[in-house]
Amino acid sequence: MSEHGSKAATANAGHAGDAHAGETRRDFIHIAAASVAAGGVAAVAWPFIQQLGPAADTRAASSAEVDVSKVPEGSEIRVLIGGMPFFVRHRNAVEMAKAVADDKLPMRDPATDESRLVKMQDGAYNPKILVTSGLCTHLGCVPVGPAQGSTGDFGGWYCPCHGSHYDTSGRIRKGPAPKNLAVPKYEYLSASMIKISL
Amino acid sequence: MSGPSTYEPSNGFTKWLDARLPIIRFAKDTAIDFPTPKNLNYWWTFGGILAVCLVVQIVTGIVLAMHYVASTEDAFASVERIMRDIDYGWLIRNIHANGASMFFLAVYIHMFRGLYYGSYKSPREVIWILGVVIYLLMMATAFMGYVLPWGQMSFHGSAVITNLIGAIPIIGDPIKTYLMGGPAIGDPTLNRFFSLHYLLPFVIAGIVVLHIWALHVPGNNNPTGVSVKDVKKDTLPFHPYYTVKDGFAIVVFLILFAYFVFYAPNALGHADNSVEANPLQTPSHIVPEWYLLPFYAILRAITFDIGPIPAKLLGVIAMFGSIGILFVVPWLDTSKVRSMRYRPIAKQLFVLFVLASVGLGFCGANDPDKFVFKFGPDKLIVNYVDTQGNAQVSGRFDNFEGAGGAQEFVSKLPPSAGASVALSEEGFKWLWLSQILGAYYFLYFLVFLPLLGIIEKPKARPPSIAESVRKKHVSVPAAAVNPAPVAAE
Repeated sequence: MSEHGSKAATANAGHAGDAHAGETRRDFIHIAAASVAAGGVAAVAWPFIQQLGPAADTRAASSAEVDVSKVPEGSEIRVLIGGMPFFVRHRNAVEMAKAVADDKLPMRDPATDESRLVKMQDGAYNPKILVTSGLCTHLGCVPVGPAQGSTGDFGGWYCPCHGSHYDTSGRIRKGPAPKNLAVPKYEYLSASMIKISL
Repeated sequence: MSGPSTYEPSNGFTKWLDARLPIIRFAKDTAIDFPTPKNLNYWWTFGGILAVCLVVQIVTGIVLAMHYVASTEDAFASVERIMRDIDYGWLIRNIHANGASMFFLAVYIHMFRGLYYGSYKSPREVIWILGVVIYLLMMATAFMGYVLPWGQMSFHGSAVITNLIGAIPIIGDPIKTYLMGGPAIGDPTLNRFFSLHYLLPFVIAGIVVLHIWALHVPGNNNPTGVSVKDVKKDTLPFHPYYTVKDGFAIVVFLILFAYFVFYAPNALGHADNSVEANPLQTPSHIVPEWYLLPFYAILRAITFDIGPIPAKLLGVIAMFGSIGILFVVPWLDTSKVRSMRYRPIAKQLFVLFVLASVGLGFCGANDPDKFVFKFGPDKLIVNYVDTQGNAQVSGRFDNFEGAGGAQEFVSKLPPSAGASVALSEEGFKWLWLSQILGAYYFLYFLVFLPLLGIIEKPKARPPSIAESVRKKHVSVPAAAVNPAPVAAE
């Protein structure tokens, strides 16, 4: 701080001669000015950080309806919602049986096949249709599936980036991925129509 | 100007750094201790205000570029998305758009300050020239930025400006084609304008560094124009005296800025630019942004050919000349006295110059064929064809009906005359005003400034800055000064 300033301040304090030794009105001005400046900087910084987030139109486009009856048995379709891939898989009888049979085996991220399904409007599960996120839980690659000709050692999906194998319930069985393929928020609008939300 | 450095590194790290990169020493010498004349008034705060403007424009511009799409298909929609969907996009765009106006407002005050106090005179010619370069770059940047939203004014404004360049003989047409990258303004134009609009502010920032560097060699001019003679008596350290003074002015300026951003964000813009560009239809009244209006008025003021030079080219020459003339102002002004405080005639002509410049702005905003004021009430005229088949115009009538009215005149004509009555207005056209003010603009620089240095008798100037400040407070008459101009003030 300036020499001139502190000299004047000292003189003032000397005149006052009160108990607040060393504290001057100039100190008050400095603290007040710095506080206002800090408040101003914060108020300006907020919109400049907030603008980096998803915009209103991006947030609005965060769900999609999918007709699951169009998915061929034993294969899958892939859906993009807001740039995020999702798998909608129509499992055949063998795949469904394998998924349930493996429920009791030790796994890295234990989950029953049923816990990975969502009830239809009539309260029953539809084990034929499995909906999962399309992002490998390791580092976010998109695993290959039946349509790409490779389903890995467990018949579900295989991630080509670092060799994670998922089973027919989308559970991690082998490789570096820590978690099962996530089950997104979705609901049955009718027997054949689902709505997936981010 | 800055004397020997007074910086003493206080600890081991600063000593180590000072021997390798004396950046703290540099900051202390140039921004903290820098000796600044003690009599600077608030007109001297606009340099700091302009630095703030440049930072604001760059920061908000970087954010807008994150969301803007430079394509004729998507540009307009992407700007609408910024206004509606991006969080606080409305705020950031309003700051950027109004920031351009604030930037020019401040730069004009800064330039008028320099012209009034003779800040362009020896030894500060290079500071002034760098300033004019910055001003030119600002105009180029602002122009290209205005094209980006791809509204009606964006498109047709850019068409007019690129066609200006086409008026230059021989090389004009190829330059125009290279500028547009096609037969007309389109995607290639928009993309290169976006690229350059992002680049030029950083070029401006670079030249601002040179501008300040050049300023720190002789130091600030001051309202008396008298050079610093004794650093101890005539100057104060920049901090805290001028950081606080500049800071206060910046806060006041930001209040005005915020008023426009929050309460009148479109007041300085044009409604036509909220309509997406339509290459098939030019808006009925096309004008540039307010800060370019005086030059636009000078361009339109030339409606006459001189010898072999057509009016179109002459207008372009006058417009570019009105800016280019600023480069040679240090040599056009022959007076040895810097500050117009002590130049009684120059001071008055300067006030007229400011009025002419502002007046030219109004001329640029108005239709050149409309009237500043009317000579009298509107009258009537009759257009008709005479018996020889020639088109004729009647005299002016005060009334339609009654004796001596237009109706009576028409009734005397044969039906084959095809008479029609029209309104006849007579008044003082904006065009004429722009011609008068434009002429004054050039006269001021080309005739008055060179001549006044020779014929004007300047008033007594204070012997020193310290003396000029003391004079106000102590009623001791200032020491008599030789009123004759002295070479080295």
